[in-house]
Amino acid sequence: MSQPSMSEALRGVIRRDLLLAMRRRSDVAMSVFFVVIVASLFPLGVGPEPAVLKVIASGVLWVTALLACLLSLGRLFTADYLDGVLEQMLLIPQPLAVLVVGKVFAHWVISGLPVVLLSPLLGLQFGLTGDSLGVLTLSLLLGTPTLSMIGAIGAALTLGLRGSGLLVALLVLPLFIPVLIFGASAVTNSLAGIGSEANLSLLGACFLLSLAFAPWATAVALRIALD
Amino acid sequence: MSGTEFNWFKYSSPQAFHPLAGRLIPWFAAAAVGLIVVGLYVGFFIAPTDVTQGDAYRIIFVHVPAAWMSMFLYVIMAIWAGLGLGLNARPSFMMAQAIAPTGAMFTFLALFTGSMWGKPTWGAWWVWDARLTSELILLFQYIGIILLRSSIDDLRRADRASAVLALVGVINVPIIYFSVRWWNTLHQGASVSITAAPTMAGTMVTAMLVMMVGFWMYSIAVTLARMRCVIVERERQPSWGKQASIPDVAEAR
Repeated sequence: MSQPSMSEALRGVIRRDLLLAMRRRSDVAMSVFFVVIVASLFPLGVGPEPAVLKVIASGVLWVTALLACLLSLGRLFTADYLDGVLEQMLLIPQPLAVLVVGKVFAHWVISGLPVVLLSPLLGLQFGLTGDSLGVLTLSLLLGTPTLSMIGAIGAALTLGLRGSGLLVALLVLPLFIPVLIFGASAVTNSLAGIGSEANLSLLGACFLLSLAFAPWATAVALRIALD
Repeated sequence: MSGTEFNWFKYSSPQAFHPLAGRLIPWFAAAAVGLIVVGLYVGFFIAPTDVTQGDAYRIIFVHVPAAWMSMFLYVIMAIWAGLGLGLNARPSFMMAQAIAPTGAMFTFLALFTGSMWGKPTWGAWWVWDARLTSELILLFQYIGIILLRSSIDDLRRADRASAVLALVGVINVPIIYFSVRWWNTLHQGASVSITAAPTMAGTMVTAMLVMMVGFWMYSIAVTLARMRCVIVERERQPSWGKQASIPDVAEAR
């Protein structure tokens, strides 16, 4: 029996995780509704002034995306850890980092992509228009995969610990800050008419950097957790 | 000792390192006290008053060395953590563990003195400027590493997990260092550089460098002291407790 190639293993992991998510659609729906509700709380709390809402829109929506990613991190490895699948993954001849990329990609499709797709709608709620809506969506499209990549490291480090939900927030949120800054200021700059290319490029750079290092660090962390 | 074989690796054993650290601590501690007293004296009484900032600038003699130490110690901690992961060596992890609280302390000190300096010069305790923010992230990272370590019961996993986290966070150190150059910020650029002539009076530089060395000595002394505690805590084995004449261990027996 020939061994599956690396790309086959990658596809297999992605397919499996997406299939599992499709079997439990409520999990996906939960993160979507979480984003909608949290984003809707701000106009109620801050007050419905259109001028104010327009200013805070990028920050609020980005922080919401951040929290949605954070809350779904628990699902990334925990189920596989509990039923022993993760240990089997460690034994697979293909590099663990590749499997991690697959799992992170599936996680992003489940928890990040819905936020990206929803963001134009939420942006409208906050009075963003035209270009800035496009920039918001684009910045989230570039930024949320990075969040999932970085989050995976935290999820792997805290795997199976008591109180891991809070701990992962403390570990991962500081590392999210650069992405938040670049993403939110891309939208702010486009509102101010400065142009958002620089920030979008930085977001892209963050993504490439995290793609290069995070899966590897996550793999190391997973091996430590299952040692 | 000249040229003869001296086994430095001897001290990579906690058992041998413990008494060595005990002997070294008083020297480093004395050097720290001496240098910091001299540095503060030169800084507060001899260095001239700044033309634009008045006497408020004098906090620089604590602020800048503390900020340097916060970054240096992070890098050193990460190096020990990396060595620990690479060589699978327990003492390296212990060093990383011993350095973290001191690094966090210096980061806090840098932020605290910075806000004391910011109030009279910028008119605000805190601004969300790139360097301040990245230094704040550094503090969060130190705290995260300490928290991660303390929430894992299994020592081996605690060591290795916090080492990975420390290594991941190294990326923030160049960001802090270059933040004043990469972004247009309120925080001023570097006043002291190896390559360019300093933009401050000679006595100011002297005082700052003396404080810097003093903080180094302090860090080494405190790290060694904490290292001794870590060793005693972890190697609670009666076999060498008595030899090393550690009262706690001998009693715990």
